Amino acid sequence: MAEVLIQGGTVVDATGRRTADVLVVDGVVAALDNAIDGPSGARVLDAGGCVVAPGLVDLHSHLRQPGREEAETVESGSRAAALGGYTAVVAMPNTEPAIDSAAVVREVLDLGAGACCDVRVAGAITKGRRGEELAPLGEMAALGVRMFTDDGAGVQDARLMRRALEYASALGVLLAQHCEDDELAEGGHMHEGDWSSRLGIPGIPTEAEAMMVARDVSLAQLTGAPVHFLHLSTAMAIAMVRAAKAAKLAVTAEAAPHHFALTDELVASYDPVFKVNPPLRPQSDVEAVKAGLADGTIDAIATDHAPHAQEAKELPFDQAPPGMLGLETSLALALNELELPMERVLALLSWQPARIAGLSGQHGGPIAEGAPANLTIIDPGAVWVVEPERLASRSRNTPYAGRKLTGRVRHTLLRGEPVVMDGEAQR
Amino acid sequence: MRHLLSIADLGGDGIEEVLRLTDNFVEVSARAIPRVPALRGKTVVSLFYEDSTRTRLSFETAAKRLTADTMNFSVSSSSVNKGESLRDTVTTIAAMGVDAIVVRHSSAGVPWQVAKWTDASVINAGDGWHEHPTQALLDCYTIRERRGSLAGLRVAIVGDVKHSRVARSNVLAFSTLGAEVTLVAPPTLLPPSLSGWPVAVSHDLDGVLPKADVVYLLRMQRERQTEALLPSLREYTALYGLTRDRARLLGDDTLVMHPGPMNRGVEIAAEVADLPRAVITRQVANGVAVRMAVLFLMLGSGGDLG
Amino acid sequence: MDAGDLRRAITRIAHEIIEHNQGLDGVVLVGLQTGGVPLAGRLAETLREIEAVDVPVGTIDVAFYRDDIGLRPVLPEAVTDIPFDLTGRAVILVDDVLFTGRTVRAALDALNDYGRPRAVQLAVMIDRGHRELPIRPDYIGKNLPTRRDEMVDVTADGVDVGTMQKKAGA
Repeated sequence: MAEVLIQGGTVVDATGRRTADVLVVDGVVAALDNAIDGPSGARVLDAGGCVVAPGLVDLHSHLRQPGREEAETVESGSRAAALGGYTAVVAMPNTEPAIDSAAVVREVLDLGAGACCDVRVAGAITKGRRGEELAPLGEMAALGVRMFTDDGAGVQDARLMRRALEYASALGVLLAQHCEDDELAEGGHMHEGDWSSRLGIPGIPTEAEAMMVARDVSLAQLTGAPVHFLHLSTAMAIAMVRAAKAAKLAVTAEAAPHHFALTDELVASYDPVFKVNPPLRPQSDVEAVKAGLADGTIDAIATDHAPHAQEAKELPFDQAPPGMLGLETSLALALNELELPMERVLALLSWQPARIAGLSGQHGGPIAEGAPANLTIIDPGAVWVVEPERLASRSRNTPYAGRKLTGRVRHTLLRGEPVVMDGEAQR
Repeated sequence: MRHLLSIADLGGDGIEEVLRLTDNFVEVSARAIPRVPALRGKTVVSLFYEDSTRTRLSFETAAKRLTADTMNFSVSSSSVNKGESLRDTVTTIAAMGVDAIVVRHSSAGVPWQVAKWTDASVINAGDGWHEHPTQALLDCYTIRERRGSLAGLRVAIVGDVKHSRVARSNVLAFSTLGAEVTLVAPPTLLPPSLSGWPVAVSHDLDGVLPKADVVYLLRMQRERQTEALLPSLREYTALYGLTRDRARLLGDDTLVMHPGPMNRGVEIAAEVADLPRAVITRQVANGVAVRMAVLFLMLGSGGDLG
Repeated sequence: MDAGDLRRAITRIAHEIIEHNQGLDGVVLVGLQTGGVPLAGRLAETLREIEAVDVPVGTIDVAFYRDDIGLRPVLPEAVTDIPFDLTGRAVILVDDVLFTGRTVRAALDALNDYGRPRAVQLAVMIDRGHRELPIRPDYIGKNLPTRRDEMVDVTADGVDVGTMQKKAGA
C-alpha cells in the first residue's frame, strides 16, 4: 500500500518528545529516525515546525445520524473530526431512534466504515434513553460497544442506575453519566446565578449537576463498578471527583472546551449559539475546570460536539436546543486557554481519552515501529480565525465565530491514509 | 441608538428626555383632535406573540395619534407552532418596508434577536420575565406627575419580582432617577441572585409600608401556586396583599400603583384599588403619551434616542 | 432696532390690530414658540392699555407639524397651551421673525387641530425676506432684508443681525 513520509516534525507522545521523521508503510509506523530517506513514490508530508502526535480521540460527539441528518451526518461529522486532528470519535446515542439495540449500533458502525476517522459508538443505558428499563447492553457490547450513556439526559432513578452499574461490571464496559437532576434543573435554560437573574431566564443551579455526581460516586463505591462523568462544568462537582479519586474509586471525568473557554455572561446577547447543556458557567467554575484539567482530576477533554440546523438556533433562547460545535476548535482552545505544555494537552485530547474508550491498542499509543498510524500533525503556531461557513460540519452553531486561534492541524492520518493534508480534507 | 430594548439603553438623560417630551403628548392627547402629523408616512408594526390587548392598543393609539400607519401581527399561541421561524416572520415584515416594530414575546431576548434581522427600529413591549421599558417610563411619568422628582423617593415593589419584566425595568428606571427601591416578596418569588441590583429586600410588608412614598404592586398569577412557589393565594394575600387594613398604614401622599390587569382581592383589595391614591388609571392614560414620545424620538425627531 | 423702536412698533401693531378687526371682539393672540411668546405677551399688555380689554393669549409649539421632520433634529421647546376654543375667533399668530414661512405654515396646520377660526392673521416683528411659501404678514414691525446666512435676533432690548456661526457638527 501507500508509503507516507512525515518529514521535519517533532514527535510527541506519552513517552516523551524527539525530533524525528516518521515513515508509514501499509497503515503502520515503519520507522522513526532523523532525516529518513523515503522510498521513491512515498507521499511526503511536510511537518516542519510541527508536532507529530497520536491522533486525538473524542469521547463525546453527536453525529446526529440516524434521524437528524440536516444537522450532521456520520460522514460530515467525521470529516470535521479529522480536520480537528481526531482519528477516533465516540458517537453519542441520542439519535432518532436512539442507539439502544444491536440493529442501530450496526447501522451507525456501517455508516462509519468509510469515514475519515474511526467511528465508535456509545450505546444507551436504558431503552429509548427513557430511564425506565435497561437496554440490551450485552447485545451491544458483543458488537464492540465499550461505553454506555443516556447522554442528553442523566439516569434519574438511583435504583436503576445501581442495577445498570452492577450489570455493566460483568460485561467490562463503562457507564458514563450526563449529570443533571431533572427536578432541580426544571425548565432552566442557562446557569442559575447573577446573570440569569438579570436576564430573566430560568436557571439551572450548580447543584443539579453536583447532586448526580455525588450520587454516582456513592453508587460506584457501592457496586465497585467504574463510572465516567461526562462534561463536568462546576467547581462543586469537580471537587467531588477529586475526593473520589483520592479515595481510590474508579471514576473518570471529562470536560468540554466551552466550559473552560466561555462564561455565562455571553448569554446576555440572547444568542442561542451560547445555549448548551450543562450551561456556560461563571468564571469561578471555569477556573475550577482548568484546575481540574491541570491536576488530573479531569482525565480528558471531550468536545460534546452538538450540531444544530440554523433554524433551530434562530428560535427564542428558551426554545432553542442546547449544543455547540466543537470538533474543529477543541485543540486550539486547549492550547490557547489552558496554559499547559503540549504533552499535557495531548494527554487530555489523545491517549487518556483513548484509554477510557478502550481504544488504546489503536489510538493514542506511543509512536513507535509497529504502531497503527493514527496520527495528527499539528502546527502550534498557525494563526487562524474561526469562520462558521468554512467549517466542515453541516451546521454553523459555533460560539467562536470570528475568534482568532493559534494552533491548527496540518495533516491527519487514519490507518496510514492521509485524510487531511495541508488543512484540507481529502474525502 | 435606534432601538428601545432595555431601560438601560436610555440612561438617566434619555429617560428625562422621554419624560419631558411626554408633557407635549399629554397636551396633544387632551385636545379635541388628539393628533399631530409628526410621523406621517411612517409605518409602525405590532408583533405580539403574547396576548395583550391593552398594551397593543396603547402602542397603536400612540402611533395613530402621530399619524403613522399601523399594522398588526397578533400571533396567538394557537396559530403558531413552536418552532415556526421567528426570523422568517421578521424578514417578511421588514420586506414590507416598516419603520418600527413593537415586539412582545413570552421568551426573554426575542427583541434582541428581532433587531438583528431588520433595519427597522425595535421597541421591546415585554420579553418574558426580562424587561418592559415603556411600562417603566410611564410609571416614572405617573410618579412625577403626582410627586414631582423621583430623587430620594422610597418605592416599594411588592410581589412576584422573579417573573416580572415590569419589576426588572422599574428597578433600573427608578434607581437611575434616584429613588430608593425596596423589593418586598417571599424568597421564592425573588430572583435567585440580587447581586448588583440597586435594591433593598424585605419580607415584611407591614414594616415597609409606613415609610413608602410609592407602593408598586405586581400581579400575582394563579399559576405560581402550582409551581410550589406559594402554598396558596390566600396566604399570599395575608402576607403580601395590600388589604384595606394595610392601606391604612400608608402615608397621606403615598401612591399605590399597579401595571394591570389587577387581581382584585389578591394583591390588592377591591376597595383599595378605587382609592384616590391608587393611580392605576393615570398609568394607563399616560401610557399612550409616553409611547408617543418614544415613537417620536425614534422615528420623528431626526435625532438619537438616548 | 433698539428697545425704543421695538416698543413703538408694538404699539403701532396693537393699533393696527384694533383697527383691522374693528375692535377686539373675538380676537385672540397665539404666540409661536419661542420667539413669538414674549411678543404676544407684550402685545396683549399693550392692547389692554389701549382698549382696557383682556385678549386671551395662548402659545403654540409647532415641532410636530414641521415639514422637515426626520431630516434634522427637531424637538419641541415647550408644551402648547391654548386654554380656549378657537372656533369662530380671529387668531393673531405672533412671531418674532418671518423668514421662509414654513413655521407659519406649520402653525396654520396646528391651529386646525384646535378648532376652526373665522380668520387667522399674522403679526411679526421682523420680515427678513427669503420666503419659500406664499405666506405674507398682516402686521409688520420692520422689513429687514438679510442674507440667508445672517441671523436675526429679537430680544427685549431690540433687534440684532449677526452672521450665523456654524456650530461644529450641526
